[in-house]
Amino acid sequence: MAEPSPHSAPPTLEVRNLQTHFFTRAGVVRAVDDVSFTIGRGKVLGLVGESGSGKTVTGFSIMGLVDPPGRIVGGSILFQGRDLAKLSEEEMRHLRGNRIAMIFQDPMMTLNPVLRIDTQMIETVQAHEKVSEEEARGRARDALGMVGIPSPDERLKSYPHQFSGGMRQRVAIAIALLHRPDLIVADEPTTALDVTIQGQILAEVQKLCATTGTAMLWITHDLSVVAGLADDIAVMYAGRVVEFGDVGEVLDAPLHPYTHGLIGSVPSRNKRGEPLRQIPGMTPSLLKLPEGCSFRARCPRAQEDCLVMPALHDWLPGRLARCHHPHLDEVATA
Amino acid sequence: MSQAQMPMQATNAPRSFSDTETPMVELRGVSRRFAKKLDIAAKLARRLGASVREEIVHAVDRVDLRVRKGEVVGLVGESGCGKSTLGRIVAGILPQSEGEVFWNGENVAAMQGEAAKIGKLRRQMIFQDPYASLNPRMRVADIVGEAPLVHGLTTRGKFDGYVDEQMRRAGLDPAFKRRYPHQFSGGQRQRIGIARALAVAPEFIVCDEAVAALDVSIQAQILNLFMQLRKDLDLTYLFISHDLGVVEHLSDRVVIMYLGRVVEEAPTERVFAAANHPYTQSLLNSVPRIGNRKRAFTTVKGEIPSPLNPPPGCHFHPRCPHAFERCRVEVPVLREIAPGQRSACHLNDAA
Repeated sequence: MAEPSPHSAPPTLEVRNLQTHFFTRAGVVRAVDDVSFTIGRGKVLGLVGESGSGKTVTGFSIMGLVDPPGRIVGGSILFQGRDLAKLSEEEMRHLRGNRIAMIFQDPMMTLNPVLRIDTQMIETVQAHEKVSEEEARGRARDALGMVGIPSPDERLKSYPHQFSGGMRQRVAIAIALLHRPDLIVADEPTTALDVTIQGQILAEVQKLCATTGTAMLWITHDLSVVAGLADDIAVMYAGRVVEFGDVGEVLDAPLHPYTHGLIGSVPSRNKRGEPLRQIPGMTPSLLKLPEGCSFRARCPRAQEDCLVMPALHDWLPGRLARCHHPHLDEVATA
Repeated sequence: MSQAQMPMQATNAPRSFSDTETPMVELRGVSRRFAKKLDIAAKLARRLGASVREEIVHAVDRVDLRVRKGEVVGLVGESGCGKSTLGRIVAGILPQSEGEVFWNGENVAAMQGEAAKIGKLRRQMIFQDPYASLNPRMRVADIVGEAPLVHGLTTRGKFDGYVDEQMRRAGLDPAFKRRYPHQFSGGQRQRIGIARALAVAPEFIVCDEAVAALDVSIQAQILNLFMQLRKDLDLTYLFISHDLGVVEHLSDRVVIMYLGRVVEEAPTERVFAAANHPYTQSLLNSVPRIGNRKRAFTTVKGEIPSPLNPPPGCHFHPRCPHAFERCRVEVPVLREIAPGQRSACHLNDAA
């Protein structure tokens, strides 16, 4: 395809130093604290992290779905050059579901259990465009067909509970696709599915991104899914992006010790029967993060200077890491 | 693992660490059905001639399984394949509808009194959800220590020391024993579940998706603990998981289930190098691997059928790329196709 290279075209989404904090009674939770990444047209960015690393809040911030006591307190979210963090609720509503769509882990977050699929899909189409019901129904049917739902005409008349888990997720994806959005934020969309069904959905998503030019933010804890699906990867730890780069390069030779440990602890990366390499300790509470680098206490390379928070630095072309002592030696040998 | 590669036939040979010994756990033709009983309205409707029938799920359908002492057997399958039900039957917390369960060669149903109690105590289970499997209103010390106290493995006087030892072994600080489960993280809670299971000195552990709810880095810690404990306490595991990466790492032998039936069983290397059953092959192809880069997803067509209404013949035939007429009518039997490898597929007869 004659797509412009991502380096010349402006990125679909550029998140710069995003900060989303929750002002709770127990204190300020810095759920997202300095997150930056870019996604080009038709590209898939895998946003990876463990529970509580802030990946979901990042997705919600982009969608403008952060509820009080949470608030975006800093940074910018540039979507095709417009800063989403500065838009009014009304302006955001025109974009949401139209130019930007979201897919959740649980498709029942998207679907209304008491309405038929066609009602919900037609409503979605007509919310953003003045089209006849006939035409909206046609668009809904095409969208269902596109995500591989057999006999879409019949299935339109079904209720959500009449679908299996995998099919429900397909319907949720179809709804996200109705307006051919420029960006889809997908939050762990295949985590609850069986592997064979996950494989089917991943294959559909790959096809869609390649053919429609939709950019995708794929939020997951599963490195193996990102390995096969994404173009770029951003790794989050304790509210910050600690590493960003091309998915192959990062997974083959990670710079940040946390990424290194995370990849090392995947069972298939270890010799069978040998103890798994593990990261000692556990994720710190976001309420009382240690001073300096948040990973310091668990890091085998930590030194005195780690008491100062490192910046996200581009150690190599296109390879960013938030670390004073990255694994540069291994990149040379990889 | 040499014992994993030996043939599966067991005889009454002397006890040694080989396949010829009596398996620690053996299932013969075990089935488990769950029936949804008819309510009054449905019964009335049936009286009046409506075609209402009890819905029966064959969660486990005539399964044979052997686990030898010291072995780690991985039990793999997708949702609804009956792996958890089978695990519960093996652990002795769910009775089977049909078939026999043997513990060290003795029929569990025929065991009585003290022997039955001890037999049950020797088989323990660790559950998937560390949030749901611990009583939120009990302190850790009581969660871990209650069973050993009841079964006379410790006394009131030695209780504290006993609990401390159990907690330390599972990697928990005994200083936390007065705390409640909600005061722990997910990984620590799973350790409490492990300490509780091990506190009654079991020989056989059923792990039902024991690491599925944990983050990768915590998962690695718990898996390492499982392996350490296996070495220290000479444990035997039935490790139930949908995660093939975890199973490959841990198991000596893998059993694959699909809709209530075992479709293939073989030593781990064999499964991952030369899977025989088309379902195993497509399962392995669907698993995303960290080494597989960019755009390499292959798919199995179709959905997992409802266990309420499974397809006739081979359960996998509607999704199978090699299905032929015989698969639609005849249930394939699990047959040995290579040393230690058994598969239930008609294709093996054609050759």
